[in-house]
Amino acid sequence: MTYLSDVAALTRKDLRVELRAQDTLPAMLLFVLSTLVVFHFALPEGTGSDAAYGLLWVAIVFTALLGLARAWVPEQEHGVLDGLVLAPCDRSAIWVGKSLATLAFLLAAQVVALPAFALFFAPLDAAALAGVLLADIGICAVGSLMAAMASAGRARELLLPLLLLPLSIPLVVGGVGAAISTEPLRYLLLLVLYDGIFAVLSWASFEYVVTE
Amino acid sequence: MTTAASSLRSLPTLAALTAGLMGLALLLAFFVAPEDADQGISQRIFYIHVPIALTAYFCFGLGAWKALLLLWKGDERYDLESYVAIHQGTIFGSLTLITGAIWAKASWGVWWTWDSNQLVLFLTLFLFYCAYFMLRFSLPEGARRARSSAVYALFGVVLIPISFLAIRLAEDFIHPTTFTRDGPQMTGTMFTAFCVSWAAVTLLAYVLYRVELAGKRLHSDLRELREALE
Repeated sequence: MTYLSDVAALTRKDLRVELRAQDTLPAMLLFVLSTLVVFHFALPEGTGSDAAYGLLWVAIVFTALLGLARAWVPEQEHGVLDGLVLAPCDRSAIWVGKSLATLAFLLAAQVVALPAFALFFAPLDAAALAGVLLADIGICAVGSLMAAMASAGRARELLLPLLLLPLSIPLVVGGVGAAISTEPLRYLLLLVLYDGIFAVLSWASFEYVVTE
Repeated sequence: MTTAASSLRSLPTLAALTAGLMGLALLLAFFVAPEDADQGISQRIFYIHVPIALTAYFCFGLGAWKALLLLWKGDERYDLESYVAIHQGTIFGSLTLITGAIWAKASWGVWWTWDSNQLVLFLTLFLFYCAYFMLRFSLPEGARRARSSAVYALFGVVLIPISFLAIRLAEDFIHPTTFTRDGPQMTGTMFTAFCVSWAAVTLLAYVLYRVELAGKRLHSDLRELREALE
């Protein structure tokens, strides 16, 4: 139970910081909407909705990257991470808290972006939405760990996309497949598998990444 | 430091052995193995391309294994070993992409095709491990860098089956399947040539690994000595 309350406290901290500073979420929202508008001009006339679904996934991945790049900045700038690592809680709780907070931002951005996509381009069915949700979980889980690694480096904003993009390829395959395939179930299963494996791996390895 | 010196001593013999085996492999591949009825001379690149690709996978696997040992046992020397193995993996990976492109041009008429699972999987993995170097050279030297690099290297081996599944879901049947469940689809001499060539490339990778490791170790020993002198 203490683990869960630690996680809840850490998530609440991130959400409160964001609520007060409003650094990340407005940027993510504006970014994803601008991207969709750019896509309208990038897609030639009569391309069909399949291409639009593909571009939606580019937008989702890059929006997540934008949020994740900011995720550890407050910790890094004010030495908060050292305090958190010293705090009497399991270190993996820090990762869970950060992943949940990032997931909340990403979902909030999508609450606006997905209806906008449906309005501008093509409708989204239940399978596509399930794909988005499952891929969000995966990208936030892996991304929080990668962002924590990158945050210690010299070029952190530059580094994170390089680390995360190859890892996000299965998520894009699953997400696009769930949106356009006539049998979306196996794509959703792929996403579930990805989430499960990489969440456990990130959870187990977070401690190694933040301790000196 | 004595270990570094003694491991250096066996290297020339190993290197000579590798050179001999490599010569034999090329001889077998070009003059002994029969011409492929379907693809002709261009099929002979198979004896080089496939062993290199397998070796690249093996190097990545070795790097991940050393990374696991580092996280598990906490011994710092695994950091360098993991790094060197992945470095060799990317070198052999580049060669795989180049030889693969040449073969694809000769037999399919294009330098690259997205229709093949193996190609896409290999490219994904190659990009992943290229980012490993960006991560490593961006972090300040120390235990945290060693462990972050190790965690990242471990993610790579988990990425292989998942990517394979993902890419498989976007199916195709273009890549020639040489190894099926019924065993290799090759004649005896072809198979011998392939095995010799595989052994030669693996040995080459091992020798390069040892040379680079010895060089890096000497470098760090030297730096320690310099620091002690100052």
